Amino acid sequence: MKEGDYMDPSQEVFKAIKESGIDFIVSVPCANLQKLIPMVDSDPDIIHVPATREEEGIGICAGAYMGGKKPAIMMQNSGMGNSINALASLNRLYNIPLLIIISHRGVEGEPICAQVPMGEKTPLLLEVLDIPAYKPDLAQSRKTIEKATKKAFEEGKQAAILLSIGFWRES
Amino acid sequence: MIRYGALEILAEKEGDKDTLIIANIGFPSKELHEIYDRKANFYMLGSMGLSSSIGLGLALARPERKVIAIDGDGSVLMNMGSLATIANQHPDNYLLVIIDNGAYGSTGNQITATAGLTDLKKVALGAGVQNVAMVSDESGLKKKLDTMENGVLIVKTKAGNKKVPVIRLCPEDIIKRFMEKSALPFHSR
Repeated sequence: MKEGDYMDPSQEVFKAIKESGIDFIVSVPCANLQKLIPMVDSDPDIIHVPATREEEGIGICAGAYMGGKKPAIMMQNSGMGNSINALASLNRLYNIPLLIIISHRGVEGEPICAQVPMGEKTPLLLEVLDIPAYKPDLAQSRKTIEKATKKAFEEGKQAAILLSIGFWRES
Repeated sequence: MIRYGALEILAEKEGDKDTLIIANIGFPSKELHEIYDRKANFYMLGSMGLSSSIGLGLALARPERKVIAIDGDGSVLMNMGSLATIANQHPDNYLLVIIDNGAYGSTGNQITATAGLTDLKKVALGAGVQNVAMVSDESGLKKKLDTMENGVLIVKTKAGNKKVPVIRLCPEDIIKRFMEKSALPFHSR
């Protein structure tokens, strides 16, 4: 790609998912994921399961992994709070790998005050869980997501990709 | 019938088959382990509420295999959205068996909402599950396990646990031997 060419954030994340070999995705919607979710849904090589709540999705992904799939979950960072026990007492306990793609609200550029408390604490929560948080810019995102996924699935761990408000506005 | 009796019937019907079984946290896992331990049993030691979700993910990943998740009424109440997701995915190889004893059996038999006004059969139907059945005795359970391939089977039992030891397998061993049975060979770790 030449410098100055248009890059679409959703398209870049989708390409990274495909290049990482992800073939099973659970989603819980976020405004920033609204273009990405239909891309995933219409891909014939990916099983897409919309879940009602993030913790439920962590369980579905764990089952998919046990069936031989390479799963990812897409969520807003508020859903991290709903997932903590499952990430610790399921994924961590059994070394179940997972790629977690997180739309990170409540950071710079956030218009909704209710998003801020959870947004501020999200990186710390991931740190407490020993889940590495990758924060790529748009140009780096494909490489970073691919690398993080490879590491997580080789080591039986989880990897979080934090995509801030700025990321979704970049192009 | 208490939970132990229901699990004995389930183990007798499915134990020697290829069926992949996910067992709920606490006594359901411990009792199943005591009745019939096998590689194709996954004992969920933590993450209360997620047995039905793990079973769903597994069934969708391996559509050619029969998957049964054993859950409890307390756990289903904790993750009720799971019934809506199962209804809308409706894998035809997935049977969710809810042992409904109206009690949080692993924590001292405190009553659950199903001991009150909540009816899990109606909840499952309302969530959109097409194939829902309820049984409350041994012969009913045997018949349903013979004929029901998918959907939600609610087994009404009395509260009460058998005195069984804790599972001595470590989590790494539980998942490793389970995946020898559940994953395609090239995915086994």
